[in-house]
Amino acid sequence: MRATYFPGCTLNTTGKGFDNAVRASASAVGLELIEVPDWNCCGATYPLIIDNILELAAPAHVLVAAQTQGRILTTACTTCYNVLKRTNEFIRKHPDERDRLNTFIEAEYQGEVNVKDILHLLRDDIGFESIQSHVQKPLTDLKVACYYGCMVLRPPAEVGYDDPDHPTSLDDLMAALGATPIDFPHKNECCGAYLAVKAPDVTRDMVYTILRSAQAAGAEAIATNCPLCQFNLDKQQAEMRKIHAGYRPVPVFYFSQLMGLALGLDVREYGWDQHYIDARPLLAARNLWQGEAMVEGATQ
Amino acid sequence: MSSGENGYSRRVLIVGGGIAGMQAALDIAGSGYEVVLVDKLPSVGGHMHQLSETFPTLDCAQCIMTPRTVDVGRHENIKLHVYSEVEEISGQMGNFRVRIRRKPAYVNWDACTACGACTEKCPQLVPFDFDRHLEMAKEMRTGGVRHVGTGKAIYTLSPQAVPKKPVIDVDHCLWFQKGKCRLCEKVCPVGAIDYEQQEAWFEEEVGAIILATGFELYPLEKLGEYGGGRVPDVIDALAMERLLSASGPTAGVMRRPSDGKEPREVVWIQCAGSRDPELAMPYCSKVCCMYSAKQAMLYKHKVHDGQAIVFYIDIRSAGKRYEEFIQRAMEEDQVLYIRGKPSKVFREGDKVMVWGADTLTGQPVEVAADLVVISPAMIASPGTQRLAEMLGLEVDAYGWWAEHESNMAPLETSRPGVFLAGAGTGPKDIPEAVSQGSGAAGKVLSLLARWKGPDED
Repeated sequence: MRATYFPGCTLNTTGKGFDNAVRASASAVGLELIEVPDWNCCGATYPLIIDNILELAAPAHVLVAAQTQGRILTTACTTCYNVLKRTNEFIRKHPDERDRLNTFIEAEYQGEVNVKDILHLLRDDIGFESIQSHVQKPLTDLKVACYYGCMVLRPPAEVGYDDPDHPTSLDDLMAALGATPIDFPHKNECCGAYLAVKAPDVTRDMVYTILRSAQAAGAEAIATNCPLCQFNLDKQQAEMRKIHAGYRPVPVFYFSQLMGLALGLDVREYGWDQHYIDARPLLAARNLWQGEAMVEGATQ
Repeated sequence: MSSGENGYSRRVLIVGGGIAGMQAALDIAGSGYEVVLVDKLPSVGGHMHQLSETFPTLDCAQCIMTPRTVDVGRHENIKLHVYSEVEEISGQMGNFRVRIRRKPAYVNWDACTACGACTEKCPQLVPFDFDRHLEMAKEMRTGGVRHVGTGKAIYTLSPQAVPKKPVIDVDHCLWFQKGKCRLCEKVCPVGAIDYEQQEAWFEEEVGAIILATGFELYPLEKLGEYGGGRVPDVIDALAMERLLSASGPTAGVMRRPSDGKEPREVVWIQCAGSRDPELAMPYCSKVCCMYSAKQAMLYKHKVHDGQAIVFYIDIRSAGKRYEEFIQRAMEEDQVLYIRGKPSKVFREGDKVMVWGADTLTGQPVEVAADLVVISPAMIASPGTQRLAEMLGLEVDAYGWWAEHESNMAPLETSRPGVFLAGAGTGPKDIPEAVSQGSGAAGKVLSLLARWKGPDED
């Protein structure tokens, strides 16, 4: 199937490895991603005041650009998803503001595009069973805790496609890839988000709660679908080693990195060097990382 | 005197054999009129049957209720249809025709002497509706504390059940599921077990109807932030009643489901699904403040050095001697009250973590509890909607019966001859439900008194 793809700023810069892995994995399971032409920033936060529709101009412009390529717009950035999805819903439900917005951005957009998070698309349109049939190198014995953060879960009425209190879509994907998903109670807890800038110690404590809980449940790695969560969970661990004696760091994967690995793809451009906690030793220990030898044997 | 000269039946149908329905039945039957009482369970008593003690007197619920259930069971003017559902109602005031379906018990109750041999010998222990599916740890079950006859694939609801005749739970019965066992048949001294029994249909003619259909609890599965029913030591308040009750799965010994250990720290969470217009029910469930104080007290009476903590939004103790009862829980039994609604409950090791805030001090609170008791919203009984369609009656936005006028005609419906009583119209405590039962009986009696019997002028 085809879907219009919005990379967003993060996946175009610091999350390039995430982006590469998403594109390659999608392609390998029969999902053709067509990049939104001439895209701009999604706006990065959904405005909570609705009388100032100017803040919706950026995401609305993305939706308009996406419309030229097809009806389904997907993105792998959870924040972009949250903003685009909610903007689209707002446009659909508020005709007056829609008209003003259209006048401003010189468009006639009525909310025709259907915004779907890529995980949602993989689950419902491609199907995890189908993905499982493409697996070349199952992630056997890899105990991975799936971490969803907030952006694809809340507010559930607007963006939700999974249980906001006990999401399972990422766990189900990991199981399809052959890994052992580890359930833990903080898979939907806030990671601290942008507090990492203003109050890093608060973020650190929040991340510690999440990681400690995942590890206590038996996880040796984290998989996430949110680039900001990945950054916080990964980076804060350096601090934790100084504060919590005996703390053992765990690698934090983008789910697409693990997907590409399991699908037997060329994973060299997946941004392994960008991790604060190097993920490769664990992969090597599980016979999932065999350096160049593995890459040469890749199917793509 | 069952039929009036004007052709009106002076018999009365009561749907629901809880405390409100029983009260109405006894008042009407005691006045000399015939009552047809229908209940979906094998025994009458409703939710009160499950309770340990009652507030604000700490009376044993079963003890004060047993005279009612026994009277209902043996009253010459009360025709009981238990383990039955009303399937069809036609006609109008004075001449309702009612079709009642009796579910197969797979036991011939006419032959059964209630000796208890079948329930005692049944090898299948099952999670039991009546005990809120409390699956006690194995050591508790084999420790001999569970009352014989309950929580088996052939069961009666409790030792005090009226009628005390057993039914087979086909979903768990070895014979029905695996085609072997038939032990109950072997041990029954009167040959009452009948695996071929079919459902039975009954027709009744009545002149008036009282709907006393009661309530259920909002399911824990819908309270994702409190574990969504996945944490064994997070239980709902009715389950706690069963744990506290002498007729419950632990015979009233304080134990928790996961490992059968005595819980040293117990947290109660109020307003779970109540007063929550965004996600669940906007209304106050009214009885939780009182019963949680009662449960915390009873817990402290069983575990003297245990810690009882109640998280609340605010305490609603409007009722005679209710506020004094709350004060007693705080002062005499040292129940700790924290004003704040917890945000999250989850399992960590063998503890249940409760994340909340004390909104009086503004501080976050984390409690490592052994057992968490949720007070879920009271919701209308699941059959209410179907009955409403049958009768052409309205329910409100949340499924409760719509009173004809909530102020001046709270016991009447929009249909002549059809009345309401008990918690089917919204959350009520026992005294209120009993009052409504008597009130609805009074309404019906004032009709019946005007309808002439065959031997009257």
